Amino acid sequence: MGYLDGFKVTFKQIFEPRVTTEYPDEKREKPERFHGRHVLNRYEDGMEKCIGCELCAGVCPARCIYVRGADNPPDAPVSPGERYGFVYEINYLRCIHCDLCVEACPTEAITESKLFEFSFTNRQDAIYTRDELLVDDDGHPRKLPWEDWREGDETNTSAWVRATAPSGDAGFEGKVAWSGELGRGVVAAEQGQVAEAAAAKAARPSKKVARTRRSAK
Amino acid sequence: MGDPLYIDGLDLAVVLIVFLKVIVVFVFLLVAVMLMVWFERKVISDMQNRIGPNRAGPWGILQTLADGTKLFFKEDLLPDKADRRVFRLAPYLSTLPAFASFAIVPIGGTISIAGHETYLQLADPPIGVLFLLAMSSIAVYGVMLAGWSSGSKYPLLGAVRASAQMVSYEAAMALAVAAAVLSAGSLSTHDIVAAQDGLFQWNIFSLGVVPFVVFLIAATAEANRPPFDLVEAEQELVGGFHTEYSSIRFALFFLAEFMNTVTISAMVVTLFLGGPNGPVFSFLPTLWPIVWFFLKLVVFLFIYVWLRATLPRFRYDQLMDLGWKKLIPVSLFWLLLVAALRIGRLEDWNVGFVLAGGLAVGALGWWALAAALRLGQMDDAELSDAQLSGESSSGASPSEREVVG
Repeated sequence: MGYLDGFKVTFKQIFEPRVTTEYPDEKREKPERFHGRHVLNRYEDGMEKCIGCELCAGVCPARCIYVRGADNPPDAPVSPGERYGFVYEINYLRCIHCDLCVEACPTEAITESKLFEFSFTNRQDAIYTRDELLVDDDGHPRKLPWEDWREGDETNTSAWVRATAPSGDAGFEGKVAWSGELGRGVVAAEQGQVAEAAAAKAARPSKKVARTRRSAK
Repeated sequence: MGDPLYIDGLDLAVVLIVFLKVIVVFVFLLVAVMLMVWFERKVISDMQNRIGPNRAGPWGILQTLADGTKLFFKEDLLPDKADRRVFRLAPYLSTLPAFASFAIVPIGGTISIAGHETYLQLADPPIGVLFLLAMSSIAVYGVMLAGWSSGSKYPLLGAVRASAQMVSYEAAMALAVAAAVLSAGSLSTHDIVAAQDGLFQWNIFSLGVVPFVVFLIAATAEANRPPFDLVEAEQELVGGFHTEYSSIRFALFFLAEFMNTVTISAMVVTLFLGGPNGPVFSFLPTLWPIVWFFLKLVVFLFIYVWLRATLPRFRYDQLMDLGWKKLIPVSLFWLLLVAALRIGRLEDWNVGFVLAGGLAVGALGWWALAAALRLGQMDDAELSDAQLSGESSSGASPSEREVVG
């Protein structure tokens, strides 16, 4: 064929399967530790985890977080400690979803869900207040009218999301090093990278299958 | 000869029939462009494992309509440095020839409206295919003036490329057309189609495939289709000659481009594949020629999309090389060979002698051409060797040399 080989190639592609994901109708599964819209978590007894320390606001490179702490009212405490987050606002016109606030938080109060499809039409809506960020009484993130929540967007939003050892230290894995949360309790630990890799090696015959298995999970 | 519509002189019915035909052709072209854009996008996405437009209408078939509507409502920009009058004129100089050149394409046999017999083609002028060549020459003005009047460097460069390309490929195209004209003995498209009655009378077979291939390549270049679309080489020239155009004026260029694709495909079908010729069955006899014509047309539209999906863009000097050094000599030689064989048949000469003589002359010509080209390159190289004292101008010289050669 020589010069005409290219024509064969392009013609054959007509009968190949399509690789397109028809985005708004069907969505690709998101990675487990996807950085999306934040949630403010609560303990299993309903107390808020935020203590109003402002570390998140301090570390934020985009300066999108505004926090004011206040002393807990003695008769009806909001959080287990001395103080609680009285004002908590995140401006999503500025947020870059770097997750540094999640890293900085000492009480695992702020974490990120996998939701990234939210489109507001005015600046007021862009600034999420404490009431909007806080999980509801069942421990689910509040679903605002302009947000497109899909199946799985709110799973693994807890402190579990940051529970991988720095530089992948295998010794860190398999231990529960995070607190429980409302509605979900204490999320179980992962097997750990070493155990996972061993299990994977036993189960997978070839490298190609390994890739599909991981993406399917 | 000519259209039997005018045999009895002009009366109101004749004028009305002509008007009707004009409207039908106009609407057909607009709809054809709409479908062609959609077809191209769909087929090319098939070839790239994508889905393509699928939102507007069933299978996205109304996508072009949506895009067109959007273009209508966009701001019509007029650059400060533009030559205003020419800038406004250029899109029409591009669009009108595109519309007009379809007028001579026969899309069916003969029909009878209100007692008047008429061909299923808008016009059958005695100059026929010359009209096509004339119109495609006028289209060059549209491109050229658009680039020149934009007052910007990229459109100007794009326009220079476009006009050089269109002018040089017109020669090869005209020589290929001349072969078809020679075999029919007439310039009229209706007569050319009539002369190709029967599969083996089709010019693609009876003339050998060479004029067909040359015409296909030259017409692709003439219509600025990929792989010859370096007029619009995005990497180098942004949008080429229509960089500064927006809104409806841009839409007109776009329209003209796709209309040219449709017209060129129709001309390939007319000149080399017997136009609407094909088996006619007793059921609806006037319908079949139209069906055959459109089937052939779609095949060529598909081929154009296929070319676009497959071939990378030519470099400018390669384009000029192909046009001047290959296509023109080949089609000129083939035209002479066809003419010699034709005369030989009339004069009862031995076909073998004519063929051998023709091929010998062709080989001689080819050798002379190759030698001349090599000589030209050698001179140039020696020249640059002699001038090697200061700055080297050899960077630009290969392409210039080849363009001249």
